[in-house]
Parts: sequence; structure tokens; C-alpha cells
Amino acid sequence: MSTLELMADSFLKILLPGIRMTIPLTIIAFSIALVIALLVAMIQYAHVKVLSEICRFYIWVVRGTPLLVQLYVVFFGLPDLGIIIDPFPAAVIVFSINEGAYCAETIRGAMEAVPKGQMEAGYCVGLNYWQIMFKVVLPQAFRSAFPALSNSLISMTKDTSLAANITVVEMMMATNRIIARVYRPLPLYIEVGIIYLIISTALTALQRAGEKRLRRYEEAEVKIHAGV
Amino acid sequence: MLECKGITKSFGALEVLKGVDISVHKGDVVTILGPSGSGKTTLIRCMNFLERADAGTITFDGVTYDFASIGKKEIAMLRKKTAFVFQEFNLFLNMTAIQNVMVGLTTARKVPKEEAAKRARAALERVGLGDRADFYPGQLSGGQKQRVAIARAIATDPEIIFFDEPTSALDPELTGDVLAVMRSLAADGMTMLVVTHEMSFARQVSSHCIFMEGGVIVEEGTPEQIFEHPVSQRTATFLKL
Repeated sequence: MSTLELMADSFLKILLPGIRMTIPLTIIAFSIALVIALLVAMIQYAHVKVLSEICRFYIWVVRGTPLLVQLYVVFFGLPDLGIIIDPFPAAVIVFSINEGAYCAETIRGAMEAVPKGQMEAGYCVGLNYWQIMFKVVLPQAFRSAFPALSNSLISMTKDTSLAANITVVEMMMATNRIIARVYRPLPLYIEVGIIYLIISTALTALQRAGEKRLRRYEEAEVKIHAGV
Repeated sequence: MLECKGITKSFGALEVLKGVDISVHKGDVVTILGPSGSGKTTLIRCMNFLERADAGTITFDGVTYDFASIGKKEIAMLRKKTAFVFQEFNLFLNMTAIQNVMVGLTTARKVPKEEAAKRARAALERVGLGDRADFYPGQLSGGQKQRVAIARAIATDPEIIFFDEPTSALDPELTGDVLAVMRSLAADGMTMLVVTHEMSFARQVSSHCIFMEGGVIVEEGTPEQIFEHPVSQRTATFLKL
């Protein structure tokens, strides 16, 4: 089989696990990660006693240990304690928790960058803490965190290839299986790389479109300063 | 209408307010003058609970609260009857001018949207910015931002508006429009407490002037008394009489 024939023949065999596993894993885990991140960021922003300490500990541990180790602990380690989790849910849990820690820091930073005076102004017009949070602070924080969060999403999409190590049949695992049969690593690894590249490119395009939509009021500001 | 007694406030070892009494009657325009670090901004911020005074009482519409023990609910209730204009405007940057003015009505006071929009538009007209309703703060000049902030303050029909150096962050040529709006509010009988460095505004518009230094009120009285016949040498020196 020629190289091109092999690549054409394998394309769907790699892409389908991508559609069945890589993309759902990314979407589910990233959505959960955002929820975790928002909660953690809000707890830290408000300096809630005890809870913020717990959040700091969580971020410290998750960011300080390799993702692969975290996957192994949950999938190969927890069964020792009688906790057996299937590969896909195990991957979802680990990726959510891992990504949640990084995104929490992104969101917290963006929240703290919102000028504090707006919080005071919010109280003065009669809003309460939660109304200020949801109407003023978070919308602005989300806008400024958006590029960094998109970055995390793209990064995580590629990191899901690590889930192959805990027997999730995603694109990397599918590629390895074909290679084990035909022993032609170079074209096949390049092929899976290209598929990741296509997905990342699509996400980058989405990010651009999203940023453009979100940036309305900031663009207005730039125009004024440029004297346009 | 609003009376505070014995307000004290320290930041760490620094005693910023050393027992200040102040009272504002309905329709008054009270200006607070004084050098930087005299405690005037802290005083006005304490009166709206942006800083928590260490001691003292506040009487609003006949009800007296203790600064040391007033609860969150009472603070929220008092804030709904007042408004605050900041030196740095503090507009909500993710909202247009009209949204800035409306949010205190719709979200905080549950005014129906159409009515809130009508009142917000009227408030913007009042400050001369009817044509800037859909502009974001980033698209407005400093003076326009501060006028939106004033529109936001008057839209909720407050019993008193606190102004904390409303023109100090503006270019000299932009202060005029803001001061003109404040003059016209005063002429309409709005009760105002104004911390300011604008001497001519204080002299011409206020019904009562307070000169502060070192966390205490050095002297107070009518503008004529303060500007023309100050009793304290310090007041005279500050006003360069």
C-alpha cells in the first residue's frame, strides 16, 4: 500500500474516534472545568474563609503535578481503594479538575482586573453583591478572560491525546492501533497531527469570531484614543 | 434630613476622622473644602458606608443608626435613598450610557423596563447627553462620563446626592459642563453634599461651607462667612484670602 493510500485508508479510522471520543471528551470536560473555575474564582475573589484556602490547595496540587500522573492516579490508582471508573468518565473527571484549576486562575485574574470602583458604584446605585457580580464584574471579566480561556481549550483538545494512556479509544489510541498493524509510524503520526491541526484551526477561527463579537466596547475605546 | 455625629475613622494607626459632626437639610448644598489628606473624602465615603466608620451615628429621615452596629440590610436600604458621584466616574464599562442609568432602576428597584428607559432618557437629557444614550463609556469624554454618572445618580430620585471631587479627574476645560449640571441641580432644589476643590462653585452655589483639616471641621458657615470673614487663620490661608 502506498503512503497516500494508507493515509486515505486510515483517515476515517482516526477521525471517527475523534468524533466519538476526543471532541465529546473535550466539550464535556471543558464545560465542567468552566463551572469549577467560575466557582473557585468567585470564592477566591470574595476571600471566603476556609473555602478560599481549600481552593488555593486545589490549584496548588493540580497545577503542580503532571496531567499524566493525575490520569494514572484516578484510573490505575483508585481501584486500589475499590473505586473503579471506566476510561471515558475517568478522563472526563481528570481533565475537568485539571483544566478547572488553570481556568480558575485565568478568571480570577480577569475579575480582579475589573476596576474596584465599579463595585462601589454598583452598591451606590442599590445593587447587591450578586447583582454586581453578574451584571458588572463577570461580563467584563469574561470578555478579558476569553482569549486566555480559548487558549486553554485549544491546549486541552490536544492534551486529550494523553487519555490514550488510560485506554480511552480517542484519536491517538486509534492511530497507535493502526501502526501496530501496518508498522508505518511516520505517515500515520503525521496524519493524526494534521487532524489535530484542523480541529485547532477551527477552534482558533471560533475564538477570533468570538473575540470580535465581545470586543465591541473596547474597540470603541481604542478608536477614541486614536482620535478617529 | 441627614445628620451624622461623632464620626471617627482610622486606617491602622492613622486617625483620619477625629469626631466629625455634620448635618444636611433638605434642599441644602453643603460643600466640604480642605487640603488633601484632611479626611473630607473619607468623611463622605463613610456617610455612604463605602468606608466603615469606627464610631458615630447617622440619622436619616428621623431614624438613627450607629455606625458600629448598622447591618447590611439597613445600609442597602439607606443607599437606595441616596446616590454617589465619584471622582473617577466609575461607570459600568460593559454597559451603554442608558444602561448605566437604567440598571439602578430595573435591577435594584424593580422598575418596569419601559418606565426605567423613559426615566433614564429623561435623566440623560437633563445632563445634556440625550444623544449619547447608546454610547459606551469608552466612547465618551471625561466630562461626558461624569455627566452620565450624574444622570445615573439622579435617575433614582435620591433624597441626597454625594459628590466626591466630581471634577478633579477632569481636564480644566471639561469641568465647566459638569459644574453647570451641578449648578442646575442645585437650582432645582436637589440636596447635595459636595467634596470639592472648585472654590468658585463652593462660593456661589453652596448654602453651607465646611472647611476641614486634620480629620476635624476647622470652621463652617455660609459661603460669605467662610470666604469673606473666616474666623480661623488656617481657613484664611487655605483660601488665600
